[in-house]
Amino acid sequence: MKDQNAYEEFIKGVWRDNPVFVQVLGMCPMLAVTNSAINAIVMGAATLFVLVGSSFLVASFKNLIPKQVRISLYVIIIATFVTVADYTLLALLPKVHKELGAFIPLIVANCMILGRQEAFASRHSIRFAVLDALGMSSGFMLALLALGSVREILGSGSLFNVPLFGADFEPWVIMILPPGGFLTLGLLLLFFNWVTARRAAFLEQVAAAEREGL
Amino acid sequence: MSAPGSSMAVQEPGGARLVLALALAGLLSGLIIIAIFEATLPTITANKAAELRAAVFKVLPGVSRLQPLRYEGGRLIAAPGRATDDQTIYGGYDREQHFIGYAIPAAGPGFQDTIQLLYGYLPGERTIVGMQILDSRETPGLGDKIYKDAAFVANFDRLAVDPTVVAMKKGHKSAPNEIDAITGATISSKAVVRIINEARERWEGRLPPPGSEPALTEVEGSEGKE
Repeated sequence: MKDQNAYEEFIKGVWRDNPVFVQVLGMCPMLAVTNSAINAIVMGAATLFVLVGSSFLVASFKNLIPKQVRISLYVIIIATFVTVADYTLLALLPKVHKELGAFIPLIVANCMILGRQEAFASRHSIRFAVLDALGMSSGFMLALLALGSVREILGSGSLFNVPLFGADFEPWVIMILPPGGFLTLGLLLLFFNWVTARRAAFLEQVAAAEREGL
Repeated sequence: MSAPGSSMAVQEPGGARLVLALALAGLLSGLIIIAIFEATLPTITANKAAELRAAVFKVLPGVSRLQPLRYEGGRLIAAPGRATDDQTIYGGYDREQHFIGYAIPAAGPGFQDTIQLLYGYLPGERTIVGMQILDSRETPGLGDKIYKDAAFVANFDRLAVDPTVVAMKKGHKSAPNEIDAITGATISSKAVVRIINEARERWEGRLPPPGSEPALTEVEGSEGKE
C-alpha cells in the first residue's frame, strides 16, 4: 500500500499532473531555452536540482517555518539553490551557460517550484516531498526535451548537435525563434489534450459496458 | 476591544520570531552563496582567461606568445599581470619573441545586444588577419552566422583596412577592403564591420609606428599554453 502510494506521488508529476502539459506552469523557460535538445536537458537538470533541494529543505523545516513569512522563506531557499546551480554551471559548462544566459537565475521565478513548496512539500513528509519533486521535475524535463528536440530537428536539422539530414536540408529557422516555441508548444498541448480526451472516452465506454454486463 | 487583539497576539508568533526566521535564513543563504562563489571563482576565471587566450591565438596565426598591452599616458606599454580594461589590447609574438601583430578587443551594438569581438591586426601590412566573436546574442539561425558561418568569418582572414572596411551584398565583394555580408543578417554583418572600423579609428593614432612595438617582457604567464 505504501509503495503504491510512493509510486503514485512520483508518477503523477511525469504524466497525469505534468507541470507543463497539464498545469501549464513554468512557461518562461519552456519557451525561451528549448531551441536545442541539450539546452532543454541542462535547463531540466538545473530545475530538478533546485526543486528537489528546495522541497527537501521545506519539508524538513515545515514545522519551524512561521506561516506569515513562509513565501519569503521559500524564495530564499529556492534562490540559494538557483545560485549554486548557476555558479556550478558557469564553472563546469561555460558554453551551455552562455546559451541559457539569464534563464538560469530566472529559475527562481519558475512558479512550478514555488507552487510545489506551497501545495505539497510544506504539507507532506520529507520522503513524499522529494518523490513529488523528482516526479514534477522529471515531467518538466520530459516536456522541455520534447519541445527542444522537435525545435532542434526542424530548426537546425540536428539532434544533440548531430546533423540528421544531408547538406540539402534547409533549416526551418522560425522553429528555433520564439514563434516556433509557441507553435510547437501549442501543438504538443493539443496532442496531450486529445490523448486525455480519448482516454476519458475509452474509460467511459468500458464503464458503460460493465454496467450493461451487470 | 482589547480582548480579541490580545488573544490574536497569543496565537500568532511575535514579530521578533518572524524577523529572526528571515534573518537566519538570509544569513545561511548568504554564507552558502559566498561559499559557492569562492569555490567556483578560480575555475570561472581560468575558463575566461583560456577562452581569451584561445581567441588571441586564433585571430593571430603564427603567434606562440602573447602579452597584454595597455595605452597609458599617451603611449602603449607592456602591462603583464595587470587587470585588463578597455584600454588593453594584446600583442602577439613568435617563438623568437619577434612582434607579429595586435589582437584588439572591441564591442558595439548588434541587432539585439552588444557584440564583443576580437580581431587580429598586422600593423606593418595594415591588414586584419582574423576575427572571433567573443559574446553576442544575435538572432539564432540568422545573425548568429557572424560566428557560425565559416565563410563569413573567413572574410576577415586577409582584409585590408584602408580606407575603411566595407560590407557588400553577398557575392559583390571585389576589393581587398570589402567583405561579403550574410544574406538575411545584414544588420549583424554591418554591426561587425562598424565595430571593427570604430576600434580601428580609436587605436589608429595610439599604436606606435610599425617596428617599434613594445618588446615581450619575460614574465610568467606570457608563455602560450595552447
